[in-house]
Amino acid sequence: MTAPAFEIRVRQALYAGRRWHPAEIVFWILAAAACLLFPRQWLLLNEIAILALFALSLDLILGFAGIVSLGHAAFLGMGAYAAGLLAKHVTADPLAGLSVGMAAAGLLGLVTSPLVLRGTDLTRLMITLGVALILYELANSFGSLTGGADGLQGILMGPVLGLFDFDIFGRTAYLYSLSVLFVLFLVARRVTNSPFGLSLRAMRDNPLRASASGVPNGKRLAAVYALAAAYAGAAGALLAQTTQFVSLDVLDFHRSADLMLVLIIGGAGYLYGGLIGAVAFKLLQDAIATFTPQYWMFWIGLFLVIFVLGGREMIHGAIKTIAGRFARLGKGGAQ
Amino acid sequence: MTIALQTFDLYKSFGGITATDHVDFTLQRGARHALIGPNGAGKTTFVNQLTGVLKPSSGRIVLLGEDITTLPRETRVRRGLARTFQINQLFATMTPLEMIALVTSERLGQGARPFQALDRDPELVSETAEILSRFRLDDIMDQRIATLPYGKQRQIEIAAAFAAKPSVLLLDEPAAGVPEAERRELMSTVAALPEDVSVLLIEHDMDLVFRFATRITVLVNGRVLAEGAPDEVARDPAVRGAYLGEAAHA
Repeated sequence: MTAPAFEIRVRQALYAGRRWHPAEIVFWILAAAACLLFPRQWLLLNEIAILALFALSLDLILGFAGIVSLGHAAFLGMGAYAAGLLAKHVTADPLAGLSVGMAAAGLLGLVTSPLVLRGTDLTRLMITLGVALILYELANSFGSLTGGADGLQGILMGPVLGLFDFDIFGRTAYLYSLSVLFVLFLVARRVTNSPFGLSLRAMRDNPLRASASGVPNGKRLAAVYALAAAYAGAAGALLAQTTQFVSLDVLDFHRSADLMLVLIIGGAGYLYGGLIGAVAFKLLQDAIATFTPQYWMFWIGLFLVIFVLGGREMIHGAIKTIAGRFARLGKGGAQ
Repeated sequence: MTIALQTFDLYKSFGGITATDHVDFTLQRGARHALIGPNGAGKTTFVNQLTGVLKPSSGRIVLLGEDITTLPRETRVRRGLARTFQINQLFATMTPLEMIALVTSERLGQGARPFQALDRDPELVSETAEILSRFRLDDIMDQRIATLPYGKQRQIEIAAAFAAKPSVLLLDEPAAGVPEAERRELMSTVAALPEDVSVLLIEHDMDLVFRFATRITVLVNGRVLAEGAPDEVARDPAVRGAYLGEAAHA
């Protein structure tokens, strides 16, 4: 029989994993306030929110379950085309399109999950890459449905919740994307702090011990792969709806590769990595493109090389120190 | 029924090499049974077949009256067969608290629940607390496993297997590599395991084996060379030749 006092300590320690850190609250307040702080940048903010959601999706499989992917654009594209086609042919309601985009991509994830379950990192990279290439060519070939190389045009969106019309400045678009990102983030936060989330980390750390602990690895990986695919599908749907256009570019390899960079910049496995990485990546891209439009790829390449070689620890270390100070301030205030 | 685990004519070969040679083995319920044998005798290969890491070439494995020969690993765990590993297989980025909570949540069938908070289930909390204090992990439950001393990691190895509430527990060299000072604590943990758990200990250290086991099976070249009470096995000339003699030289 354990002492009740110890049981309480265990409960508190288990609760600590899902307790809201003050820095998290600050982060979301800033994200909402960005709308007022940068009124001319709504379109950029919208792009950031969508990229952040896309990166959150990759983080679920890479950061938590340890599945590498170089073809995550497959699900982004699936969601974008599904939402675009629905808006064009069935209903202009954004939330319906979002649901259909998520469902279509999630289904694709579930169907392709057996391919990524077995094998090493290298085979996974190749298989995910291959699936994305196949999808790209399919979208290219079925031009009558997808518009092929011309893209899917003529998407007209209805107002969000029947209330908020999309405007040309992107204000509704950003608030809509941010809201979807926030809701899906809350779901992801909940999922990663559940027994299911714990079993994902177990498989990432040691698949042999995970199965020796009673975890059915195959089923869990399939489930999280489908979930992440649905998240990427949501990002695709948001992209289609807020730009009212879908081109083959959503399935392009650079989407998957950029996403990996975003997660490398922000760090994987703590949910905020993709979000912070998306902000840094987009701002960097935007800043370099303004300063030298032709050569931004050169500068971003150089930055990444330096960042990965040694800057990452320095930047992450500095952030941790600052966050630690904030945490102490927060605790001091509470006592 | 008094038999916990049984193999019938278990056979495993890798290419031309026979690793498990037609082994008929019986583990009684509540047993303190040791499996010994020189290096390369096929002890770990045998355990890997029992737990489903390796597929036997032929033969059958029966757990509590049920044929488990073809069941996947995780299903065997759920039927009550848990193990530790000779080389630590832990969740390095987790804390002992998280690792024990994981095993417990799987045992309670909660692993597929994506929306349950870990601290909300009273059974999960109390069982996790019970395991942590039984294995004296309460002080270090919040530290990353990778940063803990080796002796503590071996302790977690056993705790994680025990958290699955097995009826049969396979301990694959639990004290391997543990410094003498920490060895005593580890073995007192093993000795304190509840009597209704049937334990099969795979071990090199003869001192440990003779202190712990009430029955010993000697495996040499994949074959059962001898089986019996410790003093019988110790007197067996074949065993002395094949194993104890060798150990005395070492």
